[in-house]
Amino acid sequence: MQHTATQHRAHYRDLGLISYQEAWDLQKTTVDAVIAGAAPVLLLCEHPAVLTLGRLGAEEHILFSRPELAQKGVEVVRIDRGGEVTLHSPGQLVIYPIFNLNYFGKDLRIYMQKLEQVAIDLLHDFGIVAKRIDGRTGVWVGQDKIASIGVGVRKWVSYHGLAININTDLQLFSLIRPCGLDVQMTSMARLLNRPAELDLIKTKIIEHFSREFHLNFTSEEKI
Amino acid sequence: MTKILVPELGEGIVKATVAFWHVKAGDQVREDDDIVELVTDKATFNVPANCPGVIKDILVKEGQEARIGEILAIIDAK
Repeated sequence: MQHTATQHRAHYRDLGLISYQEAWDLQKTTVDAVIAGAAPVLLLCEHPAVLTLGRLGAEEHILFSRPELAQKGVEVVRIDRGGEVTLHSPGQLVIYPIFNLNYFGKDLRIYMQKLEQVAIDLLHDFGIVAKRIDGRTGVWVGQDKIASIGVGVRKWVSYHGLAININTDLQLFSLIRPCGLDVQMTSMARLLNRPAELDLIKTKIIEHFSREFHLNFTSEEKI
Repeated sequence: MTKILVPELGEGIVKATVAFWHVKAGDQVREDDDIVELVTDKATFNVPANCPGVIKDILVKEGQEARIGEILAIIDAK
């Protein structure tokens, strides 16, 4: 058997800046396709400022009223994932792996650890030492959080995923108590003291997903 | 009667919280329809019906925890 046979075919799609809802609709149709047997898909994007609240997330972790948020141009969406409130905004790279986890161990914890590893490896490329903290999902630099994870699974096919603060405006996190914890957020730009190059980061992220999940990614405009 | 159990979700995961019921007692379901959403750590997991039938009983309420292998619901199989 050829060595390449161990790498399975997969697609990535760079959606650029896209509304949360539009990306959510695309995730749902992609999940259906992957359940039906399509190759794994990695969706990469940024969202305009939006607060998403997990199914059991507590409203009181959003520290401003809906009208105040609307005035700031921040949308609030309740979604079917684990976890508490999360902020997405431009400068944060959001990655939605739509993978059939039957081929990746069929284990939610292992899957989430793989996502954490991808973020840790990416940050390592830029000289940032990041780590896990026991019992707290996500990726941390010192005591500050740099990447958040929240996943959904249907028929063992994953959706939602990983959000890494690249050039995120960290002030926006003062709108919430992230994940229901008193957590300080950080970003690559803050740690590097300069804006990080998003296109390069996307290329690196695809490489790390390829290594961690043994997938061979090609770009796909339409799925 | 068919039992819907909390499935194995991963190593070290011993329980999950029922986040949302897609169905109520008396509802007709087809095999593979998602019937309940479980939350564990930072993951949401949809549990499908394992056979077609009618939801006879729901045993764990939204917001309550259930252990792996615990009965979530009973389907009156067709």
